Amino acid sequence: MEVKDIIKEENLAYKKTKVLTDNEMHYCPGCTHGVVHKVIAEVIEEKDIQENTIGISPVGCSVLAYNYLHIDWQEAAHGRAPALATATSRLMPDKYVFTYQGDGDLASIGAAEIIHACNRGENIVVIFINNGIYGMTGGQMAPTTLEGMPTSTSPYGRDIKLSGHPLKMTELVANLPGTTFVARHSAETAGAVRKLKKAIRKAFDNIDEKKGTSFIEVVSTCSSGWKLTPEASNTWMKENMFPFYPLGIIKDE
Amino acid sequence: MGELRLMKGNEAIAEAAIRYGVDGYFGYPITPQSEVIETLMARKPWEETGMVVVQAESEVAAANMLYGGAACGKKVMTSSSSPGVSLKLEAISYIAGAELPALVVNVVRGGPGLGTIQPAQSDYFQAVKGGGHGDYHLIVFAPNSVQEMADFVEDTYELAIKYRNPAMILSDGIIGQMMEKVELKDFKPRFTDAEIKEKFGSWATTGKTPDRERNIVTSLELQSELQEKHNHKLQAKYQQMRETEVRFESTNTEDAEYLLVAYGSSSRICRKAMELARDKGIKVGLLRPITLFPFPTKQLAELANQVKGMLSVEMSAGQMVEDIRLAVNGKVPVEHFGRYGGIIHSPDEIVNALEKQIIKG
Amino acid sequence: MKEEIIIAGFGGQGVLSMGKILAYSGIMQDQEVSWMPSYGPEMRGGTANVTVILSDEKISSPILNTFDTAIILNQQSLDKFEEAVKPGGVLLYDPNGITSPPARKDINIYKIEGAEEAAKMGNPKTFNMIILGAFLKIKPIVKNENVEKGLEKSLPERYHKLIPLNLEAIQKGHDSVKSIQTV
Repeated sequence: MEVKDIIKEENLAYKKTKVLTDNEMHYCPGCTHGVVHKVIAEVIEEKDIQENTIGISPVGCSVLAYNYLHIDWQEAAHGRAPALATATSRLMPDKYVFTYQGDGDLASIGAAEIIHACNRGENIVVIFINNGIYGMTGGQMAPTTLEGMPTSTSPYGRDIKLSGHPLKMTELVANLPGTTFVARHSAETAGAVRKLKKAIRKAFDNIDEKKGTSFIEVVSTCSSGWKLTPEASNTWMKENMFPFYPLGIIKDE
Repeated sequence: MGELRLMKGNEAIAEAAIRYGVDGYFGYPITPQSEVIETLMARKPWEETGMVVVQAESEVAAANMLYGGAACGKKVMTSSSSPGVSLKLEAISYIAGAELPALVVNVVRGGPGLGTIQPAQSDYFQAVKGGGHGDYHLIVFAPNSVQEMADFVEDTYELAIKYRNPAMILSDGIIGQMMEKVELKDFKPRFTDAEIKEKFGSWATTGKTPDRERNIVTSLELQSELQEKHNHKLQAKYQQMRETEVRFESTNTEDAEYLLVAYGSSSRICRKAMELARDKGIKVGLLRPITLFPFPTKQLAELANQVKGMLSVEMSAGQMVEDIRLAVNGKVPVEHFGRYGGIIHSPDEIVNALEKQIIKG
Repeated sequence: MKEEIIIAGFGGQGVLSMGKILAYSGIMQDQEVSWMPSYGPEMRGGTANVTVILSDEKISSPILNTFDTAIILNQQSLDKFEEAVKPGGVLLYDPNGITSPPARKDINIYKIEGAEEAAKMGNPKTFNMIILGAFLKIKPIVKNENVEKGLEKSLPERYHKLIPLNLEAIQKGHDSVKSIQTV
């Protein structure tokens, strides 16, 4: 049997969604971004909304997210994606607008923008990648960095007295009446990815129903920043991140 | 003739925006420009033209909403006053970098810092030299009447579209708060989706249809060679503006021995000063730059061959005077006179300054 | 014709709206007009003033140091603007609350008991129209019919039923203004 005999439609076990581009991702080995990108792309394909989806990318590792999803993109200033999304969604109310933001972008410099977009109940989806560290700039402390967790700007571990507490953005926005669906997921196992995809699908479905803001946190790893192997990162995440950032659906209205 | 009304500059610009077919306005209250968003919220243009009006949580957010809206190929506008514009510069730099048409209105008040709520012209540098980070320029128009506040919405936006570059209307507390007679233009329909696709389809993020590549609005280019190339393109655009878009108004310059140079409200006060000086037998003319970027460099250089000296009159410590000096290049004396911190110079003071600093100087 | 006017008093006396009606009346007779208020915290219960210019020609500066007419409605404004009246110009004031009356010898001074007349009319809100009427008696720069049109334009529709009362107040001002000094 030759290869050409194997490459047949009926033998196809897995196919990359056409919403993902063929560009090689710049993410580090073990990084969660690639998986989350893929899941969003699959949801866009399944909903057949590629022509009507506009992504807003952040500043952070996923600043170049626009290279990977085959849709129209806006690249925002640091933290301001929810402001761009607000205008885009208001001006084109029949489009599917989502922001893709990291923890520094969303929870630190963009705290005001995310709170107010959620509070206004903008009809958008927010994907929030939380790995407790600034990856792109070289592993500095994030607002979500756990107590005692070492980073390049908390080299002796995060000191609450010095830097305050890790910020639970997801619980915070769940309190706002403008949010309709708020959940925290992860993407380290096939099962976790399936749950994440279900949540992202639901979030995009909420746009159809004009239900307000859907907010999904993905607790993630950063092997480079955490200075651990991808495998050890997953273990560390489960042992340390999950207890503080518990997974599950926080709000579903 | 269009509809005649007595309006504040701030009200006129809001009404003009609705009539010009602006798609979205994003603002935040600050004195002395709050009437812009107040007028819009009272007018409810979303019921009439479909225009979106949002009171943002901050000037930072308002300007980034402007960025997002502009990225969709929509006509978008924001307005503020000096401290608020400082906050908007982040997004303005991105909008310039991403080459998007958009309109920013600055109803200037005195600074620095929280300064005063009274009128000033101390944001000239910020407006014409870029203001935010990076090598960029805004198209800057300076109205000197309520009528121009209204008219410049269309004038600036047409250029913003032509050059895919953000534009600014640099007004001040006088023009914003003053009421004058204004003739309003008739309503223009907003661009339809088809028109946006036709005009801006090569870049606007309206959704990737199969007939085109995906559009990415970004100011990021990590490869230095490409970023330099992008900057070359921007600079070529600014050069073309310098060559073709300069607007100015000259009064009594034919026989002038001395020249007053002033923009916006100051040019109105200088008109009066010019009348007073002419009554005294001083042959003085007035050159009023209407566009501050591009600046009427050529016209000033030519006048430097004719007059004995120039006085730049600004409600600032002297900002435009630097551009006049660059234009004149030492040919004749160029001095500055101005009051600031919210104080407005009187016509008499200007005549005195002209006599002291230029004629006797 | 060019008339440069400052109207100054307390916030709440209707200073700004009086100026607006005057300016609108000017537009109704094809004149150029400008209306430049003081603004900001000083408007919150403090003094308010507005510069109104009506002219047959294009108006240069909307901000002035000297005026053809000053309409003065409290002592602070009198202190501030008495000196700003051009020699030979007009100062019209309401003596209510004035402790030190105008002393210039080179200007025309008129008095209008606006607050008192408004009280007599049973409606304190007619105050500013009484003052306007007094001014228009001294300087009939806008025709009555244009004032009426100006009122229509500057008042929201729901207040149009009050136009007759306003016109009555303007007439009251006409009839009640007194000359104190002419030069």
